[in-house]
Amino acid sequence: MLRRRKGSELKPPPKSPPHRDDEEKRREKEADRRERRPKNWTCVDSCCWFVGCICSIWWFLLFLYNAMPASFPQYVTEAITGPLPDPPGVKLQKEGLTANHPVVFVPGIVTGGLELWEGHQCAEGLFRKRLWGGTFGEVYKRPLCWVEHMSLDNETGLDPSGVRIRPVSGLVAADYFAPGYFVWAVLIANLARIGYEEKNMYMAAYDWRISFQNTEVRDQTLSRIKNNIELMVATSGGRKVVVIPHSMGVLYFLHFMKWVEAPSPMGGGGGSDWCAQHIKAVMNIGGPFLGVPKVVSGLFSAEAKDIAVARAIAPGVLDMDVFGFQTLQHVMRMTRTWDSTMSMIPKGGDTIWGGLDWSPEEGYECIAKKMKNNDTLTVEQNGNGSLGNTKHVHYGRIISFGKDVADAKSSEIERMDFRGAVRGNNLVNTTNCDVWTEYHDMGVEGIKAVADYKAYTAGSLLDLLYFVAPKMMKRGSAHFSYGIADNLDDEKYEHYRYWSNPLETKLPNAPNMEIFSMYGVGIPTERAYVYKLSSASECYIPFQIDTSANGGNDCNCLKGGVFNVDGDETVPILSAGFMAAKGWRGKTRFNPSGIGTHIREYNHAPPATLLEGRGTQSGAHVDIMGNFALIEDIIRVAAGSTGEDLGGDRVYSDIFKWSERINLQL
Amino acid sequence: MLRRRKGSEPKPPPISPPHRDGSDDDEEKKREKEAARREKRAKNWTCVDSCCWFVGCICSIWWFLLFMYNAMPASFPQYVTEAITGPLPDPPGVKLLKEGLTANHPVVFVPGIVTGGLELWEGHQCADGLFRKRLWGGTFGEVYKRPLCWVEHMSLDNETGLDPSGVRIRPVSGLVAADYFAPGYFVWAVLIANLARIGYEEKNMYMAAYDWRISFQNTEVRDQTLSRIKSNIELMVATSGGRKVVVIPHSMGVLYFLHFMKWVEAPAPMGGGGGSDWCAKHIKAVMNIGGPFLGVPKIVSGLFSAEAKDIAVARAIAPGVLDMDVFGFQTLQHVMRMTRTWDSTMSMIPKGGDTIWGGLDWSPEEGYECIAKKMKNNEIVEQNGKGSLDNTKHVHYGRIISFGKDVADAKSSDIERMDFRGAVRGNNLVNTTNCDVWTEYHDMGMESIKAVADYKAYTAGSLLDLLYFVAPKMMKRGSAHFSLPNAPDMEIFSMYGVGIPTERAYVYKLSSASECYIPFQIDTSADGGNDCNCLKGGVFNVDGDETVPILSAGFMAAKGWRGKTRFNPSGIGTYIREYNHAPPATLLEGRGTQSGAHVDIMGNFALIEDIIRVAAGATGVDLGGDQVYSDIFKWSERINLQL
Repeated sequence: MLRRRKGSELKPPPKSPPHRDDEEKRREKEADRRERRPKNWTCVDSCCWFVGCICSIWWFLLFLYNAMPASFPQYVTEAITGPLPDPPGVKLQKEGLTANHPVVFVPGIVTGGLELWEGHQCAEGLFRKRLWGGTFGEVYKRPLCWVEHMSLDNETGLDPSGVRIRPVSGLVAADYFAPGYFVWAVLIANLARIGYEEKNMYMAAYDWRISFQNTEVRDQTLSRIKNNIELMVATSGGRKVVVIPHSMGVLYFLHFMKWVEAPSPMGGGGGSDWCAQHIKAVMNIGGPFLGVPKVVSGLFSAEAKDIAVARAIAPGVLDMDVFGFQTLQHVMRMTRTWDSTMSMIPKGGDTIWGGLDWSPEEGYECIAKKMKNNDTLTVEQNGNGSLGNTKHVHYGRIISFGKDVADAKSSEIERMDFRGAVRGNNLVNTTNCDVWTEYHDMGVEGIKAVADYKAYTAGSLLDLLYFVAPKMMKRGSAHFSYGIADNLDDEKYEHYRYWSNPLETKLPNAPNMEIFSMYGVGIPTERAYVYKLSSASECYIPFQIDTSANGGNDCNCLKGGVFNVDGDETVPILSAGFMAAKGWRGKTRFNPSGIGTHIREYNHAPPATLLEGRGTQSGAHVDIMGNFALIEDIIRVAAGSTGEDLGGDRVYSDIFKWSERINLQL
Repeated sequence: MLRRRKGSEPKPPPISPPHRDGSDDDEEKKREKEAARREKRAKNWTCVDSCCWFVGCICSIWWFLLFMYNAMPASFPQYVTEAITGPLPDPPGVKLLKEGLTANHPVVFVPGIVTGGLELWEGHQCADGLFRKRLWGGTFGEVYKRPLCWVEHMSLDNETGLDPSGVRIRPVSGLVAADYFAPGYFVWAVLIANLARIGYEEKNMYMAAYDWRISFQNTEVRDQTLSRIKSNIELMVATSGGRKVVVIPHSMGVLYFLHFMKWVEAPAPMGGGGGSDWCAKHIKAVMNIGGPFLGVPKIVSGLFSAEAKDIAVARAIAPGVLDMDVFGFQTLQHVMRMTRTWDSTMSMIPKGGDTIWGGLDWSPEEGYECIAKKMKNNEIVEQNGKGSLDNTKHVHYGRIISFGKDVADAKSSDIERMDFRGAVRGNNLVNTTNCDVWTEYHDMGMESIKAVADYKAYTAGSLLDLLYFVAPKMMKRGSAHFSLPNAPDMEIFSMYGVGIPTERAYVYKLSSASECYIPFQIDTSADGGNDCNCLKGGVFNVDGDETVPILSAGFMAAKGWRGKTRFNPSGIGTYIREYNHAPPATLLEGRGTQSGAHVDIMGNFALIEDIIRVAAGATGVDLGGDQVYSDIFKWSERINLQL
């Protein structure tokens, strides 16, 4: 205490308060300091600390992940699910198969990458970057710019001026659609196992937005494919190619086969035996030979799942008008400029797809099945449902206005013909609507007329589309046709607009060629729709699917306004299988040289665990590209097998029964 | 004070010391405690947390900057550059688009050695997960992650020069094969972007990618690459309405395309069976960029001791890592073994022997004066190379390899040479059992190594013997004579950079005789000093583009093929286009728009403009004929070649 006092005594008088205060002050100061310290830390610093912690842990995990041996995930998977089967490539390599016939891949719609070669100001820095495929980063960053560049000119169906979007070439065009989402990659990897490499695998990438003939006019894509096939046949010692088209690629390749044998300038001038000399087999995967009902809803109201993938990518963002522009209409305008979608409008009219009162799939019973791997038994009875209590679904009515119309007997439906209705009586004020969807030209009366017709079959559907979107259909009808030929020798069928319709063309004269129809079954697939008028807001698409229409217990085919049937989630069995099952079976007028056809169905089994990713037994439209059984079939054929060696047809569905019901002159 | 004491009094006796002292002690203790608590608090924060805090700070700032960068308009860097350096010239594509040029003739790119990407199609266990990933090009991540595995896969079989069993490495195809060598390091990308401006796209641009490791004919045998190129050229000519292609080979691609032109007209099965007028029908012009027509001296040092800069790029990628034996294996030898299995390197061994490259006492470039120049843009170096000043010592460029600097400088009569050709090989004194690396040097033995050194000086002619002597297995695999096709309307351009010192001859020494080591190395202590600054670090330099000396790139176009000669029977027009090197003025310019360096020249605006003009239909005469800065014509005169 004395020492202390001494110290304080030295201080100058004005500063010396009573001693006790001195002590207290000090203590207060200390307390203050103590409090201030943590305060300093809390605000920004603890935030930094938190971020730092997360980052460090993240890096540590990343490091561990990188240091992990590559076989570790497989090891874990095997520990959980038991030993995995060898991938087909490894299995068949052990059997001694080696690369034999060169292979050509023809990708479908949507799955191929597109990159920018010339663009407007807003697309600066995107030269040779993918606008379609990859990460789709630009959709979020500059959506309007993106839509503007992805759209085509709505008169010509070609590039708008100042924009050049071109397909990516090479195997990278469609091996992965987006990072981690394989399309062809699994098949490529398995083929590589038995010795394939880039010199004997060719990705026939094309711009899937434009019409088939325009790919030749603009990019000379068909010539390129012809040239590459010829090159591969020559460099592999005369071994013919095995062509593997997927989805819309199936139609594209039908078009190619006609083009290549047709005389120039419209065709490729390859001569009438080109296909016979260069093609061993065409192995169609999930081919929409006769079209896809889904496309109708896509064109009619932009509501399909696959075609308007752009909408699916960012459903939340695009549906709301957050950005102050009508996103859905923009998407619809964009997809409407894509001529290729029109190649998949249902073909063959009522003859194929059924009328008001009948359809080939009649009696099909929808069973909501939960199949697991190896559980094939349950599926056998599926579809055989001729049980008495099942209500017949009128699949023939592809579009019905209201659920009661869909269920009613044809005699009970009062229909008003819309064809004569006045168009262009435009009551809605459309000056605010900068989007072109053609609906604004229709007027309220036209819309009402459409709804009053009540039910549309495949035949009247075409009239409907001509009515609601005349400009689009005018472009489309220059490139595609949807009828059935009465006389295939008619000269008009030499025009390219018929080449992608199997009902209006003859297969090439190549008796040794083989055609496979490979597709998934066991997944409910859109087949017909219940529509309603949407609330009449300005600038809006006037029709929409009536999602409240559900079948209930007695008809579980109807879900959310959509009648489902068996298929691969996109293409109904009828479309994928009919030509191989009946239209081309044996020598028919569509198949004059008697090319052998084989149906290979793959029953869908969802992946057993999450670890399997998209599964090895999937039957879904795109996921089937990773189906081991399908890959094995392809590799066997590429290595030299024929359809007979594979075991001929492999059928789980009622495709033959349904095909019988179709009354088509053969 | 009272309060204080009260507080301390309830404490249990053992802690309570005598009261009088206690008043002090107590206080101090408390303060200590508080201090300790404070410290503890701080300590709690210091160790891991401040680390975390630091990382967090950095990350947050990084993210913020990244966000700013992404939010920045794309034209911002250009704006900054322009603010600093003044308005930039339009890129040639934009400039020529304004002139109204449009895509006309299809274009074929032939990449050179090293620049093309290679990817894995089949590999051993160690390359798991690399299927269709680039082993060459891209980020080279695998070189660091699994170097031995990488070397094993990149090497070829040393007997056949083809794949080792169980490994398939294949060239990447398409424009992506060589647009960028590594991320951000362009090769063809700038040219492609400029061509795209005037309307080119993938249908009329074709990258003739090939596996640059294997010999030219083997690319056809294994991959049918030559057939593929032929077929694609035919397709492009057909789909563009009969317009012939303009071919743009770069570096070794020049030799590859020479090979192609002979192959395509030769009858099958050895050739492509295109008929004797194939080139005349399909090719408008061949615009060679930096072509090593007569070989590159650099390759010699590369093969002899794996010391070249470009060829052993693998070494350059990680010089520190590869030179040291950190990993316990002899990295340099591994690299040497790997590059030696690449047959294509042998296509660039100096050709023409003493006639072209000079003998012991003369060389075509004699009298060339090396001036260490620091050129800036637009500063033309006319006086360079004309140095016939008396005080300059003549450099004996003809002696491509000399053992010791005195040998390099001495008159030929002063050099005592012992012929190595008869020396005994295979008398292997060094214990090589430890050396698992195969470089052929271990088969040579000490005596023959000495014999090699005793020969003192090698000219281009004797160099071949030398290579046969030190690497007999390798040399057995690689040889050709060449005359141009019969296509009088075709044009051949030789485009190359000048103004950069380029390796031309070497001073060697025996390396200290450690086990398992390459017995020769460049004597980096040999410097020319003031009177001869051509010699630097054991290397005699001459004018060129840093890789190819002018003589090799220009002689054929300047003399060998000029007019109707026996090498050019139909009189194909030849043009020399030289581009004077000017280093980038500022860092912002990146690799410069006026560079003359071997690879960077691909971004040279003048060169790109020439190419675009020809692609759009111009002829060599339209471009202005020859554009020459160097002494190539003078030097060519000195070469006494029967034409």
